Amino acid sequence: MLEAGRACLILALAICVYGIGASLYGARTGQRQWVASGRRAAYALAGVLVIAFAILESGFIRSDFSFALVQSHSSSTTPLFYRMTAPWSSQEGSLLLWVLMLSLWSSAILFLTRRRLREVAPYATAVLLGFGAFFCALLVFLESPFDGLANPPAEGVGLNPLLRHPSMMIHPPMLYSGYTLFAVPFAFAIGALVTRRLGADWIRSTRPFTLAAWFFLGIGIILGARWSYSELGWGGYWAWDPVENASLMPWLTGTAFLHSVMIQEKRGMLKVWNVSLVLATGTLAILGTFLVRSGILESIHAFGASTLGVPFLVLIVAMIGGSIALVASRAESLRSEHRLDSLLSREAAFLLNNLVLVALCFVVFWGTFFPLISEAVTGTEASVGPPWFNRYITPLALILVLLSGIGPLIAWRRATAANLRRNFTFPVGAGVVTLLACVLAGVTGNVGALLMFSFAAFVLGAVGQELYRGVRARRVMARESVPRAFLATIRRNRGRYGGYLIHAGVAVMFVGVAASSAFQEQRLVQLRPGQTERVDDYAITYVKPSSRVVPAPNGRLERIDLGAELSVRRGGGKPETLTTYKSFFPSTDPSLGPISRFFEGESTSEVGLDAGLRRDLWTAIAPDIGRLLPRIEEGDKVFADADELTPEQRGAFLGEALRGLSSSYLDSPPPATFRIIASPLVTWIWLGALIVFAGGLIAMWPTGTRARKPADAAQLARVARELQRV
Amino acid sequence: MEVILVICIVLPLAAWLVAAPLVSGRADAVATAEEAELAELEAARDAKYAEIRDAELDYRTGKLSEADWRELDRRLRGEAVRVLHELDELHGRSPAVA
Amino acid sequence: MDPARKRTTRLVVALTCALLLACALVYTSFSASSEARQPSELASAQPGQTYQLTGRVAKGSWEHEGTVHRFEVVDRNGGGPAVAVTYEGSVPDPFREGREIVIDVRKQGTGFVGQPDSLVTKCPSKFTAEPKSS
Repeated sequence: MLEAGRACLILALAICVYGIGASLYGARTGQRQWVASGRRAAYALAGVLVIAFAILESGFIRSDFSFALVQSHSSSTTPLFYRMTAPWSSQEGSLLLWVLMLSLWSSAILFLTRRRLREVAPYATAVLLGFGAFFCALLVFLESPFDGLANPPAEGVGLNPLLRHPSMMIHPPMLYSGYTLFAVPFAFAIGALVTRRLGADWIRSTRPFTLAAWFFLGIGIILGARWSYSELGWGGYWAWDPVENASLMPWLTGTAFLHSVMIQEKRGMLKVWNVSLVLATGTLAILGTFLVRSGILESIHAFGASTLGVPFLVLIVAMIGGSIALVASRAESLRSEHRLDSLLSREAAFLLNNLVLVALCFVVFWGTFFPLISEAVTGTEASVGPPWFNRYITPLALILVLLSGIGPLIAWRRATAANLRRNFTFPVGAGVVTLLACVLAGVTGNVGALLMFSFAAFVLGAVGQELYRGVRARRVMARESVPRAFLATIRRNRGRYGGYLIHAGVAVMFVGVAASSAFQEQRLVQLRPGQTERVDDYAITYVKPSSRVVPAPNGRLERIDLGAELSVRRGGGKPETLTTYKSFFPSTDPSLGPISRFFEGESTSEVGLDAGLRRDLWTAIAPDIGRLLPRIEEGDKVFADADELTPEQRGAFLGEALRGLSSSYLDSPPPATFRIIASPLVTWIWLGALIVFAGGLIAMWPTGTRARKPADAAQLARVARELQRV
Repeated sequence: MEVILVICIVLPLAAWLVAAPLVSGRADAVATAEEAELAELEAARDAKYAEIRDAELDYRTGKLSEADWRELDRRLRGEAVRVLHELDELHGRSPAVA
Repeated sequence: MDPARKRTTRLVVALTCALLLACALVYTSFSASSEARQPSELASAQPGQTYQLTGRVAKGSWEHEGTVHRFEVVDRNGGGPAVAVTYEGSVPDPFREGREIVIDVRKQGTGFVGQPDSLVTKCPSKFTAEPKSS
């Protein structure tokens, strides 16, 4: 199987190289059969990579430890679901997943545009296959996922327990879908630049992919935040970690592009800005992969040790250099056809939104790369923390939310004072009322949060008013019932109302972010069973300890859990039970004794969460295993002396010993440390995200293609007629 | 064993898939430049239609005054007509792309 | 104003804003950042200044009382002077003696005090460049 996998990868590399050559030759000579052959190379690449990935998956599912990768990232005690997700917990497997996604999305766009964009597509094919070739070459020459072990061991190391979370199954594929989908507009922008076909066509053809990229990357980011909140024992959802920042940067520039490209479509303006944005987004997507994979930001030393650093650096420099050279040499074709009519127009609001988004991206970029910048400038590695990020992100986010409410209220091209008054009265009123209500309710501790609540109310008011007026206008015109008019309004203007819904969702999310970061109450306490601690208006009682030894489906011991049952009472309400525990997974270090192995390996926290629309109570335990240490050492000694046990006997004794430890923990529980967090409105973040994604789906939903017929002279009537159709 | 499978099945399949257009040799060489122009014009026309529709919605939802909208609509329709003329001209020039 | 001059003015305003933001970023990041040091590089540490200490937890040095942890940190290669660190809070799941950690510390007396929630542990066996795998 290993050789078959390797053969598939070599074949994939060969297909990429051939496809690049065929596409470019076809484009240069104008021979369509070569272009078609190059396009089909992308399909073939997808097919071959699916086979390679299936081979790797089957190795994981069968726990075939002759695969070095399976041995180091899975074990027979890992549940099937997590064995299936384990391939992308490894460097090699995730690179394979990346290029697989790239090939699938490339095939999709090339298939959909096979009869269109005939000049641009061959160059785009070459660029997409160029990415494919790069990643295939990494997999063939540097990071083979199909390395074998001559003497396969009986057991593998296991999947990092931190990754055993349902959202980890879906998070990396979503992120990678987002990254690779951004390669599509990147490639077509390059093609459009090369052929000087810089009108509306390439934008129209790639827009569904740009939207999908934005959508999937967004889902990936939110799933990562959700995982961090519920699986990592620190209780936050965002830490300005380089890995998080890496995915946020292309998302920000992608958002900017989705807005400004509308101006180009309508007015033929901002062409240089738009191609620059889309090229930057594609480069940032590759940079995101690079940041995660090269280890460059962990430390310079890790970068030197990683085999991927230099190739990625070469690729990124080539992308940036090539982009700049292309844009500069095509300046003539990128001239604006119009000018901005007025500063009081939706175009101007979009422009401002673009500047804010790019500024956000730049702040994130600077903070993320600061360790490298600092080492280059001062010679010492230094880094900036979350407070630094928050100082800039907070005001920029406030402006962004405000703009997301203003945009929908202003007309394209030009707005007049009378219209402004008519449109802004209600939303501004909503914002002011919210502000006053918050002040009266005593929510004054944090100005940023206060402004955010008010701005969010403004956005929700604006979106609500737009929807109401749209439906009302439809009812007047078509004499329909409210629900029918509602659906028709949205159906006829998917992009517009999908976008508005996204704005509303973002506002809801930011309310959650502002409230939970400004008004969170966090406590670290040590409790004995029976003791109670108050946090916010919760009374949390440590009822009793819990402990269990968990066997895997195949009978081996998977982990030992030590935890607590808590009783939570809010105000004078009924007490609720929360459970939290810490799981200890055995290390595979052979120098450790069989019992202490369990406590020296990985451990994960299982959070006890009482989530609500108004407030979340988040609890995690850090059990004190100090009192168990003498017994653990004793157990190790017993095993060290007993050489002549059969493996079955060892297993039985080990189970016995661990159960003994477990019950001794229950019998005389030492005081345990609890981290307790009460944070308001966290649920709004996840709700807002759902609204955003619903809006994204509406905006992305394909519209039926209209039949196009050449018409006669009655052009004006024709325009009117064609406008009647949807 | 499996390597042979890859060499005997996957490789020929991939080669066939990729080489098919070359073998069949159907070189339908149409003037691509005109075709691209056509596609550009169609995209421009659709964008213009979207703009007209947007302007109308802006008027109906009270973001444009009636006078502004009438003026804008007339201008946009004029621009659309210009695009349509160009399209027809292109169709007339090369019936192959129709 | 004629349109061309208006455009130039707008451009100048936008560029000025960008420049101001860039200057603020540069200035604050250099002044607010904490330098990464290993224990052997901390001899000249100033009280009050925050350092990002990276190194290994010395074997046999970790003791804790309630939520207060005391341990010593040595250089990544195991050598260098041992630096005593006091940290109040819960240690991350993978925290063990002998493992590599990163913590923001401030000098106090002869020892160092860890800043709240700043302790990060690198995982020895499976640390592959990304703590939050994706």
